[in-house]
Amino acid sequence: MNRLAYIGLAIAGLFILAAIFAPFIATHDVTAQNLAMRYIAPSAEHWFGTDGLGRDVFSRVVYGARISLEVGITVVMVSSVFGTIIGAIAGFYGGFVDKFLSGYVFNVFLAFPGLLLAIALVAFLGAGQGKLIAALCVIGWVGYARVMRGQVLKVREYDYVQAARALGASNMRMLFTHILPNAIQPLIVQASLGMAGAVLSEASLSFLGLGIPPPAPSWGTMIEEARQFFSSSPHVLFFPGMAIALTVLAFNFIGDGLRQYLDPKQRTR
Amino acid sequence: MKYKLLNFLRQFALMLLVIWTVVSLVTLLIEVVPGDPATVILGETATQEQIENFRGKHGLDQPAFFFSYNGDSGFVWNGANNRYADYWLGLLQGDLGTSFQTDRPISEMIFERYPATIKLAIAAMLVAIGIALPLGVLAGSRKNTIVDNLASFFALLGISLPTFVIGPFLVYIFAIRLGWFSPTGSLYPEDIILPAVTLGAALSAILTRMVRSSVIEELGEDYVRTARAKGVSEVKVLYKHVLKNGLIPVVTILGLQLGVLLAGAIITEKIFNWQGLGLLLLEDGIGKRDYRLVQGCVLVISITFIIANSLTDFVYRKLDPRIRIS
Repeated sequence: MNRLAYIGLAIAGLFILAAIFAPFIATHDVTAQNLAMRYIAPSAEHWFGTDGLGRDVFSRVVYGARISLEVGITVVMVSSVFGTIIGAIAGFYGGFVDKFLSGYVFNVFLAFPGLLLAIALVAFLGAGQGKLIAALCVIGWVGYARVMRGQVLKVREYDYVQAARALGASNMRMLFTHILPNAIQPLIVQASLGMAGAVLSEASLSFLGLGIPPPAPSWGTMIEEARQFFSSSPHVLFFPGMAIALTVLAFNFIGDGLRQYLDPKQRTR
Repeated sequence: MKYKLLNFLRQFALMLLVIWTVVSLVTLLIEVVPGDPATVILGETATQEQIENFRGKHGLDQPAFFFSYNGDSGFVWNGANNRYADYWLGLLQGDLGTSFQTDRPISEMIFERYPATIKLAIAAMLVAIGIALPLGVLAGSRKNTIVDNLASFFALLGISLPTFVIGPFLVYIFAIRLGWFSPTGSLYPEDIILPAVTLGAALSAILTRMVRSSVIEELGEDYVRTARAKGVSEVKVLYKHVLKNGLIPVVTILGLQLGVLLAGAIITEKIFNWQGLGLLLLEDGIGKRDYRLVQGCVLVISITFIIANSLTDFVYRKLDPRIRIS
């Protein structure tokens, strides 16, 4: 793997540790308001300063990692498992099943640009962490399904799979013991890039007021709240903004590094 | 020729099928609203008569679909008089229903705001191309040098920095500190620059990477060696030969990204208070729980995206004979 991927791993590891040990790292209560201490610049007492309600920005950024990674990991796990199953079915059975799934169902889900379907779902269902995760899974699974379908289409023609078929292996056995383990590699890349996407989507929806409702310290919500007084207290927006950027950058680095590592043709570039 | 026509018809039929499904999904989305939309909009204090009136006016007293299911009587056929059929009938005449809040036709509200969004999306695309083409060619032709590394770093930064972080920073530097533009809205023609840069930043990053790898790939081709052997200058090789072929994948990405731009415009419009479709969806639609308006906006954006995608596919096939044949 390239150097950037290791940097990505280090940054992601740091955020994961921050999320796990948030109660020990945070220096203040994340929801405790102190109106006498509004918009204080970074100091020894408040490392990242305070926000418009006098809450400690550092503690909120640390706890924000928890929300971001919780949403990200859940979305990636659920949508990758679901996408893998659907993609594998399409690729393995081929014919009409494949035409229906990849020609029609995938296209329907790809017909909604970017976040729009998630925005629509949350608009009708109402905001909240569970609904946000559900909405992001609905838009996320197709990416995995497409990758998986392509892989299975390729792997099922390999000699050892044909040999297993000739030996009388059942469809399920061929799929689970022979095809899937050999088709899973690009899925790891997709999961890493998907993690970056999910973190960004959660922040975007929270920024629009459609994600995790305040006072929970979601990075997106923090940025939305900080926007009004940005010119006088830029630190309130800067730190959660950097947290999002670094997390997304880290998972993109890892994904890119893995892709290059797994694809020998790209290794020299 | 016959095969080509058949292929085109098949693509077209698939596009219609996808549009039909998207419309159906969006139409039925209103059914997942927790509780009764009439009570949600009119509030708890509304009288029974007000609620009945509202339901009658917007067709909420009709059944949702051709058939319904409940535990006692199983499947019940509701006949053609239902909300789903009504919505479709209206849609075919260009009618997207009336607003739950203002009673204005939704199509009128949308087409008042849509030009501003399209203008913003096109401006963002131009910004992205303006940054990505020179940067990508520079990086690709100087592979693994400091220029290449800087360009790649810039590209990754553009992908990772969210719009709602870039936007406020641009406003701070160029509007508040330097005073070159107004911080929000669109008072002067040049006020489109900041929103366009904000919206186009991520696309410029993606494009830079595409152009770079395209240039690297094309530089290894035989025709480049031939051109160089004939004594064609390096600038001419790059911009006349390599870029011409290398642009084909870039065109595809541009078409596919138009939808992402339209969806991303929702966030950009909020940051800059840009009076486009995104702000209409957010403030008047979702903010005021005008579900009919939300349906209309989602539908118009999605259909624009589907059509743009199909057109891209078509242009892509035309541009590269290799794809047409295979």
